[in-house]
Amino acid sequence: MDWGYFKELLMGGVVKGSIYALIALGYTMVYGIIELINFAHGEIYMIGAFTALIAAGVLTVAGFPAWSILILASAAAVVWSASYGYTVEKIAYRPLRGAPRLSPLISALGMSIFLQNYVLLAQTSNFMPFKNLFPEEGFLENISEVLSATEVIIIFTSAVVMILLSLFIKYSTTGKAMRATAQDRNMAMLVGVNVDKVISATFIIGSSLAAVGAVLIASNMGQINFFIGFIVGLKAFTAAVLGGIGSIPGAMLGGLVLGCTESFGTGYVSSDYEDVFAFTLLVLILIFRPAGLLGKSDIQKV
Amino acid sequence: MKTGSRRMVKGVALIAIICLAAFGMFGCGQGEEKVVEKEVIKEVVKEVPRALEPLKLAVAGAHTGDLASYGIPSVRAAEILVEHVNATQGGVGGRKVILVTEDDACKPEMATNAATKLVGEDVDLVVGHICSGATKAALGIYKDSGIIAISPSATNPDLTQSGDYPNFFRTIASDDAQARLEVDFALDTLGLTKIAVLHDKGDYGKGLAEFAKKFLEESGKAEVVLYEGITPGGMDYSAVVQKINRSGAQAVIFGGYHPEASKIVMQMRKKDMDTIFISDDGVKDDTFIKVAGDYAEGVYATGPKDTSKNPLAIEADKLHKEKYGEDYGAFYLNAYSAVLALFNAVDKSGSTDYEAVSNALRNEYVATPLGIIKFDDRGDAIGVGFSVYQVQNGKYVELEG
Repeated sequence: MDWGYFKELLMGGVVKGSIYALIALGYTMVYGIIELINFAHGEIYMIGAFTALIAAGVLTVAGFPAWSILILASAAAVVWSASYGYTVEKIAYRPLRGAPRLSPLISALGMSIFLQNYVLLAQTSNFMPFKNLFPEEGFLENISEVLSATEVIIIFTSAVVMILLSLFIKYSTTGKAMRATAQDRNMAMLVGVNVDKVISATFIIGSSLAAVGAVLIASNMGQINFFIGFIVGLKAFTAAVLGGIGSIPGAMLGGLVLGCTESFGTGYVSSDYEDVFAFTLLVLILIFRPAGLLGKSDIQKV
Repeated sequence: MKTGSRRMVKGVALIAIICLAAFGMFGCGQGEEKVVEKEVIKEVVKEVPRALEPLKLAVAGAHTGDLASYGIPSVRAAEILVEHVNATQGGVGGRKVILVTEDDACKPEMATNAATKLVGEDVDLVVGHICSGATKAALGIYKDSGIIAISPSATNPDLTQSGDYPNFFRTIASDDAQARLEVDFALDTLGLTKIAVLHDKGDYGKGLAEFAKKFLEESGKAEVVLYEGITPGGMDYSAVVQKINRSGAQAVIFGGYHPEASKIVMQMRKKDMDTIFISDDGVKDDTFIKVAGDYAEGVYATGPKDTSKNPLAIEADKLHKEKYGEDYGAFYLNAYSAVLALFNAVDKSGSTDYEAVSNALRNEYVATPLGIIKFDDRGDAIGVGFSVYQVQNGKYVELEG
C-alpha cells in the first residue's frame, strides 16, 4: 500500500468533494423546503464565476491590492448570484407554487437553458482565463506536493461556510422558520411564518454558497466558460441525492463521498470510468437506502 | 403517502440524472470535430502514349451536395493550372490538357459510377476523390484500368497503409500522421523512454491516442506507462495528474482539445511536475495559451505546416483571386499540389504510362505550395503534413525539422 499516493488521492477527493458539497447545499435546501429540484442552480454557480471574473478584471485595472480584489470580487459574485437566485425563484417558481410538481421542474430546466444561453450571448462562448485570486503562500510549501495553497483554502473555506450554515439553521430565527417550513408549510403559515420570505431566503443562501464555490473552483482551475455549471450542477445534485436530498449534513457527506469515490476510482482503476463509479455508487446507495445516506424521513429536513 | 411521494420523486430524480448524464456525455462534445473531408482528384494515366492526342485530366469528388465546398476548390485548382499550362507551355509533355470533371457527392455508390464513367472516357490521370469512403470505392476501378488517382483530401490511413491500392497517392497527411509525428518527436528528438498516453474519449482524441500507443509499442524504444481516457469538461483532473506523477512518465501525449489540455497542464505545473506535454492540433490553438498563460510555456503541439510564406502558395492564392475573385476554399492548396505533382511526373517520365508515372511520382521531387514533395512507397506525400510547434514566450513557434 502506497500511503503517499493514497493520501494524495484522498486530498484530491476531499477538495473536489468540498466543492460538490457547497453546491449540493443549494439543491438540498431548496428541495427540503419546496420539494423542487432547482436545475438552474448550476447556472447560478456559473454566473457567480463570471461575476467574479469581471469584478476582478475591473478591480485589477483600477489598481486595487490583491487581498481586496479577492474580497470584493467574491462579494460581488455572492451578491450577484444571490440576486439571480432570488429573481429566478420569483419569476419561474413562485407562480407555480400550487401547480403539480412536474411544472416547476420543467420551469427549472427552462431557466437553466435560458441562463446558459443568456451568458453565451451576453458574454462569450470562449473559455476565459480566470486568474487565481488566492495568493500562493510560502507557509504551505512543505505540503505543496500534496495540496496547493488554493486547495487548502478550498477545504478550509468550505468547512467554515458549512459550520456557519449549520449554526445559522439551528439557532437563528430565519433558520428556525426554514426548518418549520420544511416540516410543514401549512402549519408554519398558521403560526405566523412568512413562507414566501423563508423561501426567498433559502434561494439567496443557496445561491451565495454556489457563488463561493464558483470563486474557489474557478481560482483553482483557472478557466471558465458558459457551460461549466452543467456538469458541476449535475455532480452536486448527485451528491445531494446520495446524501439524502433535503438533509444538510447529508449534502456535505454526499459531496465528500462522491469526490473521494471519483478520486479513488480514477487513481486505482481508470479515469475512463470516473462517471461510472460515481453513478454506480449512487444506484447502489439508492437501492439499499432509498432516502440516501442521511435522508431518513424522520430526520430534520431543511 | 408522504413516504410514497418522496420515493416517487427519488425515482424521477434518478431517471433525470441518468438522462442528463447521458446528455452530458454525448451532448457536450467540442464543436471542433475534425471532419475529415476528402477530395479526390483523379488523373488517369493511359498506358499507350498518344503523342498527338490531348491529355485527359479528370477531377472527381463532391461537386454538389453538402460537401461541395470541399470538392469545388479542387476543380478550381485544376482549371487554373490546366489553363496556365496550356497557355504558357502548350500543355504537358507536348500534349494539350483537357479537363474532365465528375461528381460523386461524397457517396461511395456514386463514386463507383463516376469512376466507371471516367474509365469509359479514357481519361489519363485522376485528381480525386474527396471523401475517404468514396475514394475507396472508386480506387479498385482505377486500379483495374491502370489509372493513377491522387487525392487532395482523403485521410483514412488504410487507403495507403493497406497496400491494396498501389495506384493511389495523396497530398494530405493521413489521420495517423500527427500521432506518428508526436511519437517520433518524443522518441527521437527528445529521447524519452516512459510515456503516458491520455485522451478525451472523443473520436478525434481517442483515435489519435490509439495510434500513438500503437506506434510507441511497435517502436520498442519506449514504454507506455499509462493509457487513460479522461472525462471531457471535468471540473478537476487532480486524480489523473497524481496518476501520471506516480507512473513516472517523462511525458504525456494527449489526444484531444485545449480545454482539457490546459486544465491538465495547469494542474501538473501546480503540483511542481515538469512532465513534458505533447499534443495535437486540437491544442495548437491560441486559446490554449490564453487560458493556461505562463503554464503553457514549453508545451509541444503538432499542427499543419505553415505554408503562408511559400512563394508558390502565394502565387496559387493570387491566381485564384484573379480568376474567381474570392479566397480559396478547403484543400485548394492540396489539390493544386496534386495537379502540379502529376504534371511534373508526366513531364519527367515523358509518358502517361502507369509504371512510368508512378515511378516519377515516387522519385522526382516537385515544388508545390505545400513545399517540395515526393511520394513514399505507400503513396503518402513526404514533406506534406504536420510540424511540431512549441509554446515559447506566449506563442506557438514552429520547430525546425
